[in-house]
Amino acid sequence: RDFQQADTEHLSRWKRWKRTSSKSLKKALSEVKGLSSYLVLWRHDIHSIEGKFGTGIQSYFSFLRFLVLLNFIIFILMFSFITLPIIISKYGLFNNTIVNISPKYIEDNCTIYEPSGNKGLVYFYTYLQDLLSGTGILEVTSLFYGYYTIDAIWISTMRYNLPLAYLLATFAYLALSLLWIIKRSVEGFKQNLVHDADPFQSYCNKVFAGWDFCITDPNAARLKHRSLQCELQTDLQEEKLKQKIAERTMKEKLRIYSLRIFINIIVLAILSGFFYSIYRVTVFSQENSNVSIRNDTRTDSANLLVQYLPSMVITLANFIGPLIFSFLIRFEDYTPAFEIKMTLLRCVFLRLANIGVLLFSLWSQISDCGTDKCKPCGYNYKLYPCWESDVGQEMYKLMIFDFIVILAVPLFVDFPRMLLVTHCSCKLVQWFGLQEFGISDSVLEIIYGQTICWIGTFFAPLLPAIATIKYFVIFYIKKICLKHTRKPAARPIRASSSNFFFLLVLLIGLILAFIPVGVSIARIPSSKACGPFRNFNTSWEVIPDTIVTFPTGLQQVLFGMASEAFAVPFFMI
Amino acid sequence: AYKRFSELLPKEMRENACSARVPKSDILMLPELRANPFQHRICHVFSTSETGDDSMSFEDFLDMLSVFSDSATSDIKSHYAFRIFDFDDDGTLDRKDLEQLVNCLTGQGEDSRLSSAEMEQLIQNILEESDIDKDGTINLSEFQHIVSRSPDFARCGGLQG
Repeated sequence: RDFQQADTEHLSRWKRWKRTSSKSLKKALSEVKGLSSYLVLWRHDIHSIEGKFGTGIQSYFSFLRFLVLLNFIIFILMFSFITLPIIISKYGLFNNTIVNISPKYIEDNCTIYEPSGNKGLVYFYTYLQDLLSGTGILEVTSLFYGYYTIDAIWISTMRYNLPLAYLLATFAYLALSLLWIIKRSVEGFKQNLVHDADPFQSYCNKVFAGWDFCITDPNAARLKHRSLQCELQTDLQEEKLKQKIAERTMKEKLRIYSLRIFINIIVLAILSGFFYSIYRVTVFSQENSNVSIRNDTRTDSANLLVQYLPSMVITLANFIGPLIFSFLIRFEDYTPAFEIKMTLLRCVFLRLANIGVLLFSLWSQISDCGTDKCKPCGYNYKLYPCWESDVGQEMYKLMIFDFIVILAVPLFVDFPRMLLVTHCSCKLVQWFGLQEFGISDSVLEIIYGQTICWIGTFFAPLLPAIATIKYFVIFYIKKICLKHTRKPAARPIRASSSNFFFLLVLLIGLILAFIPVGVSIARIPSSKACGPFRNFNTSWEVIPDTIVTFPTGLQQVLFGMASEAFAVPFFMI
Repeated sequence: AYKRFSELLPKEMRENACSARVPKSDILMLPELRANPFQHRICHVFSTSETGDDSMSFEDFLDMLSVFSDSATSDIKSHYAFRIFDFDDDGTLDRKDLEQLVNCLTGQGEDSRLSSAEMEQLIQNILEESDIDKDGTINLSEFQHIVSRSPDFARCGGLQG
């Protein structure tokens, strides 16, 4: 400092002023940064979790926060571009043109669609049933695809093409999710690279530079101590295991590899068993629930059960599968980090494929054109006059059921267990003990929910709002659950690579979500009885139709862009 | 900085704050140092008191703040960090120093220390990574070398105001 002071005397006045102003600017910037970090949602909660339970669990919660934000933004996107114009126009502020069916579709049967809204006297019970299954009253709201019947909205002289907006908003939210996830995973990837590139440096880095000298609060200090301890212990354990693995003999290796192959075969067999059961259950549920609804016999409470049967079977499969996998993987003798990855991979495949099988069975029903059922309209119009709403309803049911399960499990399983363990001191109960916080399971739960949301948003545009609320509530439930009913993991798990892995799995879920949405848009003929795409053969046709109305120059450009020669390099970059 | 130093002094001595010395117990009341596991070492390193009671004058206080500020070069920071980590003041970081260092980092309680096997393994790893001349201790230049390649060091060594 003395040197600095001596220096400044020699400088000219201009330079002195520059130096002081840059100093104060730096100070102002750092203060703004400090303030803005307070605005980050749940900053304090996540920080305290990090200290008590390690960075692995903290990464789960920050992942949850990311999903809340993502869903909220998707909801805002869909709402402002699709729902809001319709609501405004229905209140008569703008002129609108309802979709008129062009005479091409003479066959009237295609356009018969009577969702049973609140006609006449309705019991309270049916309200509840409608809420849970998305039929009836809920079916005609803006939640589902069937509400959006308007073709165009006239704002003074400009025409707001609603079908086009619907399609573009769908593409937009998929693209937004993709870009955001990629951006986040690139950051994590860079960290991962740096971390792994210099493994021999990591110990010194942690020990000499580990302490954050800015900590002023004794509580924060305690948290930091604990997280440092966790990290050091994790590293040491992994190193010991790696040494053990490197010292294996040839005979042991052979034994282990053959065991692994055998276990993988078992896993595949179990998976196919699950898929087949989901397929049968979905077909059964669709046939039975449809019949009873069309005949309006909704006082049967078993109907609700039948409707929820696919969700229940899927949830059961999602619950049993990981248990079996984590039991089997113990025989395969991997390092803890790889064990987690392997189990995660299997569970991911299970969950996403479950959704895939459900959708596949739904489509096989919708496009079931065996005995001339879909001659006039291209799809099975008798059972599914508005098939997009039906798919939306299935997604809605899945989401609601998932939410109920996530709420119910802590309430009915963890809390009683905790009470038992703390108050009853008999040996059996103590041996049972508290449950550890299973990160992989929890992450998969939310990725599963998010995939459902992505697929369902095309069919039910307000689904992201439900997802936002759901994740918001889940955060607090999991936090309370963590604090009171779980013990810290016996094996502290490292988070940096897990973070990147979660995002990778989420990306896989997103890409998987592209497939059903893409197929629905481009392949399956859109319902003639409801929705904004009534005038078009498939939903995708809106775009070629709109392009035709552009000036020819622009058309040429767009066709050129769409041609392969341009699109492939564009996507590469 | 002068204001904070004079706040630490008891009332009678405030007029000659420039030449007074603040006892160690009062220095440790500073919020930045209160939670710091290296607080005693920091006081010891920056104190120029002849009586060895680790009290600090205003110059010592200024020195300490300037080393921890953002504008100090990494050379200076690593030099002082080395002196802080050198618990027995012998000019090198040997096993005992490293052990005490790790214990400071992980916390003061009995259950927050690493087991002796883990500690052994950790110290072995650290020495492998940083001890270039393989003499079993880390001297100043080795320390500065390893710290210059560490991405976290520049970030952590800063105090506010």
